[in-house]
Amino acid sequence: MTEYLVQASNLRKSFGNTHAVNDVSLQIPAGEIYGLVGSDGAGKTTTMRLLVGALLPDGGEVSVCGYNVLKQTEQARSTIGYLSQRFSMYEDLTVLENIRFFAEVRGLSSTEWLPRSLEILEFVGLEKFKDRRAGQLSGGMKQKLGLASALVTRPRLLLLDEPTTGVDPVTRQDFWQLVIKLVAASPSQSGQGEGGVSVIISTPYMDEASRCHRVGFMKNGQIIAEDTPSNLRKRLNGRVVELRGAPLDVLRQSARADADVEDVQAFGDRLHLRVADGKADTVLKRLKKEIVNAGGHVDELRSVPPGLEDVFIALSDHEYASTF
Amino acid sequence: MSLPVIYVENLTRRFGDFVAVDHINFEVNEGEVVGYLGPNGSGKTTTIRMLLGLLMPSEGEATVLGYDVVRQSEEVRARVGYMSQKFAIYDDLTTLENLTFYGGVYGITDKKRIIETLELVGLTGHEHTLTRDLSTGWRQRLSLGIALVHKPKLLFLDEPTSGVDPTARRAFWDLIYELAASGVTILVTTHYMDEAEYCERVGVMRDGKLLAMDTPTNLKKSIITGNVWEVFAHPLEQGLDVLQELEGVDRVGLAGDHLRVISSQIQQETMQKLLSKNNIQVERIERGEPTLEDVFLALAR
Repeated sequence: MTEYLVQASNLRKSFGNTHAVNDVSLQIPAGEIYGLVGSDGAGKTTTMRLLVGALLPDGGEVSVCGYNVLKQTEQARSTIGYLSQRFSMYEDLTVLENIRFFAEVRGLSSTEWLPRSLEILEFVGLEKFKDRRAGQLSGGMKQKLGLASALVTRPRLLLLDEPTTGVDPVTRQDFWQLVIKLVAASPSQSGQGEGGVSVIISTPYMDEASRCHRVGFMKNGQIIAEDTPSNLRKRLNGRVVELRGAPLDVLRQSARADADVEDVQAFGDRLHLRVADGKADTVLKRLKKEIVNAGGHVDELRSVPPGLEDVFIALSDHEYASTF
Repeated sequence: MSLPVIYVENLTRRFGDFVAVDHINFEVNEGEVVGYLGPNGSGKTTTIRMLLGLLMPSEGEATVLGYDVVRQSEEVRARVGYMSQKFAIYDDLTTLENLTFYGGVYGITDKKRIIETLELVGLTGHEHTLTRDLSTGWRQRLSLGIALVHKPKLLFLDEPTSGVDPTARRAFWDLIYELAASGVTILVTTHYMDEAEYCERVGVMRDGKLLAMDTPTNLKKSIITGNVWEVFAHPLEQGLDVLQELEGVDRVGLAGDHLRVISSQIQQETMQKLLSKNNIQVERIERGEPTLEDVFLALAR
């Protein structure tokens, strides 16, 4: 039996004339890292705030860990850890004092909070810094303190709203290793089924989306596609071709002129072409000749595994012109 | 052959004992789109500040558009544009009013130039929209317009497309490529691989040193010499522990529902056997493609 930690159906929330969340349904099983992926204003944060009960939906139902968020708000919240985009910490308190504060606000007794805090600080790698003032932490360490504060109540569901915005790749990599470990170490992943932790993480970045078990692409308040990263990529299997050569203008024009090329995307030193289903081989043969005839040369022309970025663009292609 | 737009030789900046920028050398040519990557505190911003003539180098030299950044910094600043995420757009002014205001700051009072700039960044039709009602993508276009109003020959962009989805990012970059084709040179500082992939060349900074600068393709080929494997196995964490101990593995990390392994020596069967021996169930092992993130992590560790 799959245990679902989040069951939300047909959630709606409008602010004035803006349909921030427009008919969103989510089912998140225990042990899953789910990515809400989309631009600013797509509805990611509003969705999260509906899940934690910080906002009342205009319509729809939501339950977390079996508790109805609208009717059993306190019980539901006690199962949730939430790291918001602008989470606050007390800069003149130490790391440990900050966690204690969050723990006590959430009702942890004095015998509980200390051993648990120390355990979590060790998990996020901040144990050596427990007596340092939060204001003196680096950006990456502050972020880990935020994560530790969200984890001190041992939530089953962890909501992370763009946790790595403005964070460099090395720090981001560390943070992700922690999140994945947290989920991987929880019981459902070790085959016991019950008690697993789930994470919902929002991001506009495809490199982060690709680390999730499942992603939902959000646009204009709706989830326009939802699947595992590998299944999403499969939708374009064999249809993305990488082209390198010179001059770029000739490459672009030749590619655009090819009847089986649906889309041409410049990526710095190369082009990505999306070709019609089953036409990759034809295009590979034909295009090379065309480019040479047009006075260009080709360094590399090959099928590449599609990226999530290719998929997202293909999904929203028909509305491309109007989306910016 | 025309002179490079940016020429940097042994450029160095110390703050006390701390070397923020340590003898870096690079050139950027006209119409190039170059990315500049590095963690916080790696010296990216210090470099840009020296190139803008806002900070004196401790050693070395740099010219921008042929002007010496120390002696002719005003000439430099008059000819470059700068777009930052933290840049202030007045929320209660319209698009046109914002652009007119900032045009005035640069001494541009020609109404025609303002309209032309709006057109260039695709904001025609949104002249009278209050900027607080613009989406992130449109605001970024306005920021770009503000950076372009005085027709700079060189443009600095700081994380220009953070917070937007791939379609908006792509539309923005199409605009950048058009500018580059018209001869504007572009230097992009960013943390995000999604952005770096759009640059023709990418430089990687760490601890004040420029570790590499090359095309994304060449960086991937020269820095990631091993194979990339995607290992789907259960339980994942134990799999990580086992592969971490394996000799000849350059890097292994958790990547959501699988492990990402980089190694030039290890074969698929070796991993398969070792994992099975440790009672880890292997679902499948696939070849992966190296990413700029792999490059960055390999250089930064």
